[in-house]
Amino acid sequence: MSMLTLSYALLLYVATGVLVVGLSLKLRSYIKTPAPLKIPTTPAPTTVAGVGWRMAREAVLFESLFKSSKWTWLFGWAFHVALLLVVLRHLRYFQEPVWLPVVLVQPLGTIAGIAMVAALGALWARRWLVDRVRYISTPSDHLMLALLLAIGLSGLGMRFVVHTDIVAVKGFILGLLRFDWQALPADPLLLAHLALVVLLMIIFPISKLLHAPGMFFSPTRNQADNAREVRHISAWAAALDKRP
Amino acid sequence: MATAAFETPKLKSYPVIPLVQVGAMSHLKPFVAGAPLQKALGFPEQLVEDWQAKAIAKMGELLGKYRSLQVYMDACVHCGACSDKCHYFLGTGDPKNMPVARQDLMRKIYRRYFTFAGKYFPKLVGAVDLTREVLDEWYSYFNQCSECRRCSVFCPYGIDTAEVTMAAREIMDSIGLGQKYSNEIIGKVHRIGNNLGIPGPALENTLEGLEEDTKDETGIDVKFPLDVKGAEVMLITPSADFFSEPHVESLIGYAKVFHAAGISWTLSSHASEAGNFGMFIGNYEQMRKISMRVREAALELGVKRIVVGECGHAWRVAYSFWNTLIGPFDFLDPRYPVPQHICEFTDDLIQRGAIRFDKDANDGRIITFHDSCNVARASRMGDLPGGQFVIPRRIITSVANHFHDMASHTIREDTFCCGGGGGLLTDDLLELRVKGAMPRMEALKDVVDEHGVNFMATICAICKAQFTKVLPYYGFDMSMVGGVHQLVSKAIRLGDK
Repeated sequence: MSMLTLSYALLLYVATGVLVVGLSLKLRSYIKTPAPLKIPTTPAPTTVAGVGWRMAREAVLFESLFKSSKWTWLFGWAFHVALLLVVLRHLRYFQEPVWLPVVLVQPLGTIAGIAMVAALGALWARRWLVDRVRYISTPSDHLMLALLLAIGLSGLGMRFVVHTDIVAVKGFILGLLRFDWQALPADPLLLAHLALVVLLMIIFPISKLLHAPGMFFSPTRNQADNAREVRHISAWAAALDKRP
Repeated sequence: MATAAFETPKLKSYPVIPLVQVGAMSHLKPFVAGAPLQKALGFPEQLVEDWQAKAIAKMGELLGKYRSLQVYMDACVHCGACSDKCHYFLGTGDPKNMPVARQDLMRKIYRRYFTFAGKYFPKLVGAVDLTREVLDEWYSYFNQCSECRRCSVFCPYGIDTAEVTMAAREIMDSIGLGQKYSNEIIGKVHRIGNNLGIPGPALENTLEGLEEDTKDETGIDVKFPLDVKGAEVMLITPSADFFSEPHVESLIGYAKVFHAAGISWTLSSHASEAGNFGMFIGNYEQMRKISMRVREAALELGVKRIVVGECGHAWRVAYSFWNTLIGPFDFLDPRYPVPQHICEFTDDLIQRGAIRFDKDANDGRIITFHDSCNVARASRMGDLPGGQFVIPRRIITSVANHFHDMASHTIREDTFCCGGGGGLLTDDLLELRVKGAMPRMEALKDVVDEHGVNFMATICAICKAQFTKVLPYYGFDMSMVGGVHQLVSKAIRLGDK
């Protein structure tokens, strides 16, 4: 096996490990940290089922963002939906045989790739054009968009400009999953694409990408408005009640 | 100095998002709490020697105690959805009054001391050391947030700047940098029982005076009972209702409602305050200790129900937190919600036809309603979500003939803070209060011009005091603001019951 294949195999294993362990530690800290007071942003659902519906609308439709700013919603929502379709399209590299839904999503995935890059471009433009957003943007905010754009562009490049041997790529990825390592094609665009994805996976648990799991733990959104009906008390707050 | 000259914003006919003006409000900060005030609350008397290490340690403690803080420090993506939502930003143009930038004052410290990226690549993620300069910025800008939660409505992750502000104030108190206005008031509650520092005998005198005034006005013996054991209802109301205009008009309204409904009630000298500034400074123990007076008084007087008067953040603490802080309320009548808002109480009587009104009595008034931020976004009334918007309006339209809402993006959960909430109702922050009221004043001007509105009803003691002060800056009459029960008081039928 070539040095190249070996190092990419290793990189992808490490990145997956960092992503899984890092995210698990973060999730554990979110779960372990109590929410001592009832702070749903009202009007809020009064039942758990209602909260589920509210969270679903937030996660799928970005309801609050829509209320806030139509342009940001348009670009942000388009980016996330496109990203989802692109990821689904990529699932074909991880399965043999390929699931029917993944087969069906293939043509959509290509269009989504273009839409994703366009939406990222628009989101980046906001960071320069809107003075308030320019003020709050840090270097990492710009670099995050650059990273995602570079991943999207290198992917589209392989789709439309310089093709790579995708059968071999699939062999490499299935090999990783089955611990039966196969050679990775040495195309520069492919290597760049994979290296950038590795970087994205590694920074996920230590960056603002934590907004994805974070939103499900946000007490203003995931609490039911039933403070009068149900006594809500955390362990450290209950300890105060026991003091003389 | 606090009273330095400043310019009142011009009201525009449509809302305009200001351009960023860096440092526009960096000069403003409230007076710092002196040693005796700090000591009374168990806080260090002045900035401690090793304040930096202590502050970081406190932040670590709070990150472990409040999931909100931990998640909100991590989750922000700087999307800017909140950037044009804060009334203080809209009124001042200072970018650090954008909710995201206010949070970032803490987030950049969080990143530096608690995250991998901030420890090893601080410049990349905007992480900085906690220096004296940063602390001064904290003191300035975390005292320019009224904890109104408007930003949390619009954030895609529900990030609530109020949670961050509360944590920052808690950290600052813990290293000896307290805010004078809030901490002085909390001390008074502990010492005397209410924010204004009215002792029991003075309160008794005042209530007797109100009985006489109401008798003169109506010819009827409407009682204002104090410390009556065995009463059905204990009323907990902001102490401003006892002394301030227009607040007292609502207190008279509550008394008339109780009288007309024939329900026995009492005030308590021990718990003569609904307000709870412990929330403003983010201190759970203080908030609990202040609330505990209510539980003690309810047990002592043996009442069956607790009703809360017109006050915004007080209703948040009562509705959302009391059950947690001082519950369970198994000693009260389970047929009624605990606590119950005075508007729920009155509305219920109206719906049942138990009290009646001469609506014409309010015909001189063309009314609009200002949703108080903490009632709108941090509590509820009635059984259905949004009851906090329906019930007060239903009361107003039951007691008066002329009502017009303000623009839809300025009411209900989108309401603008009055500009004086969250422990900022102090003259050393007057510039901020006037400028922060601008979005509400703009919406008010619209209905004044279009419908001839001459009265803005509200159900919060702070809103009432704030508007009384700032309305004149915008060319309005200060008596334009008043309580919902002020309108009830005017129209309620007492005699023929």
